[in-house]
Amino acid sequence: MRIECPICGPRDSREFHYRGSAKLLDRPTADAGEEAFSDYVYQRENPAGRNRELWFHELGCRAWLVAERDVTTHAFFSVQLAKTAKRSGS
Amino acid sequence: MKYSAWSVFWNGLTGNRGWKPVWRNPEPKPHYDVIVIGGGGHGLATAYYLAKDHGITNVAVLERGYLGGGNVGRNTTIVRANYGLEGNSQFYSHSLKLWENLEQDFNYNAMMSQRSVCNLAHSDGQMDAFARRGNMMRMQGDDSELLTREQIRAEYPYLDHRNGRFPIYGGLRQKRAGTARHDAVAWGYARGADMRGVDLIQNCEVTGIRVEQGVVKGVETSRGYFSAGKVGMCAAGRSSQVAAMAGLTLPIESHVLQAFVTEGLKPILPGVVTFGMGHFYISQSDKGGLVFGGDLDMYNSYAQRGNLPMMEHVAEAGMAMMPMIGKAKMLRSWGGIMDMSMDGSAIIDISPVGNFFINCGWCYGGFKAVPASGHVFAHLMATGNHHPAADKLVLKRFEQGRMIDEESSGATPNLH
Repeated sequence: MRIECPICGPRDSREFHYRGSAKLLDRPTADAGEEAFSDYVYQRENPAGRNRELWFHELGCRAWLVAERDVTTHAFFSVQLAKTAKRSGS
Repeated sequence: MKYSAWSVFWNGLTGNRGWKPVWRNPEPKPHYDVIVIGGGGHGLATAYYLAKDHGITNVAVLERGYLGGGNVGRNTTIVRANYGLEGNSQFYSHSLKLWENLEQDFNYNAMMSQRSVCNLAHSDGQMDAFARRGNMMRMQGDDSELLTREQIRAEYPYLDHRNGRFPIYGGLRQKRAGTARHDAVAWGYARGADMRGVDLIQNCEVTGIRVEQGVVKGVETSRGYFSAGKVGMCAAGRSSQVAAMAGLTLPIESHVLQAFVTEGLKPILPGVVTFGMGHFYISQSDKGGLVFGGDLDMYNSYAQRGNLPMMEHVAEAGMAMMPMIGKAKMLRSWGGIMDMSMDGSAIIDISPVGNFFINCGWCYGGFKAVPASGHVFAHLMATGNHHPAADKLVLKRFEQGRMIDEESSGATPNLH
């Protein structure tokens, strides 16, 4: 499996650390309440298809990435820097 | 037919014409008191105990593919009760006791073999941790023994005792642990449930769950709609999808775990040996193949196959622990989809949807849990109360901060 890093180009997936759902970018505000935080920390859509997820290019440029991948086929649809994804809200 | 030495003898004399298929293939009925979604180990065991212990026989088990074709057919067949935390401890202890009497109970040869599981230790600190864990196992009522370096060397001479990076300091062994014939466990439960009137419906995919005013009414399937008094979900690997049909989100991610088997060899490995430093565990099947597995591929996956980097890692770990396996040829590898929960422990509970019961989040531990999972889940569905062995495995533990986190790794499903 190869991941197209926006900075380094296509690299072996072994260079990357996986952190799970990109939902973690959308941290609730401090006053959002227990339910919102419980949902943020524990609940996952876990789709059998397109999944938005966080990867860290640990053995490369050390950038956090947001990738969209089909978890049944491992095909990547898009990879962007997490800071870009967060700023654009996509 | 009751299986016995006499039935084998009699059928041998009469040309083996007396053997019949062990379960029916019935046409589904429009209504069931209980519908169990998923015809794997957990679902079949649930149906079996519903019928046997609670007299509820108007039950259907709906299976998308064939019985036992999911994770109960793709694991490394290890049975053990060496958990440390309250909640898991009594549950797996309960399970091991059921395993010990399973074959007599359902009259089927599951080839349960208490050949022991030995975890290797590689430092003084790990020996201390194992001593503590061993004491916890004894306090829960199970057996454990702490083995010294010399005992390990004498009893497991084929391990790499001169490994410089991870020297073997000793080990923790549970003699009542072992392996069982995984498919036969599913078949035995299926037969026992079918004999008591449970309908096992194969090639029947659940496509929707009908919920009215917060209470489940039935399930839509590829073979039509069936109404039900209660619905139980035992669909590990696909739990999130089934739960979503009832409008629920679960604290679960799906990950693939690979396992491997070599060509058949003469008996060399008497029990199960685990190598925690490389996340590697190995046993030898009765057919002679070395069966071993490693860690998750680490990223979410619903593909029932793994990728090569983890295969390489498992092979390296195997070579580090037991160099002689380098001579063996690997015949097959396969992957199973794990429900990795947010604390690494299972969930057996009544869901927020009325009469909809959930049984999921088994992580790597689903196979050894099969008898107890079915037993306590049937108890929960029949009585509405948690069985004492599983009253900590509730869904609300996450929001209430009462996690059962054996690895102390927090809400990171791939690290449990």
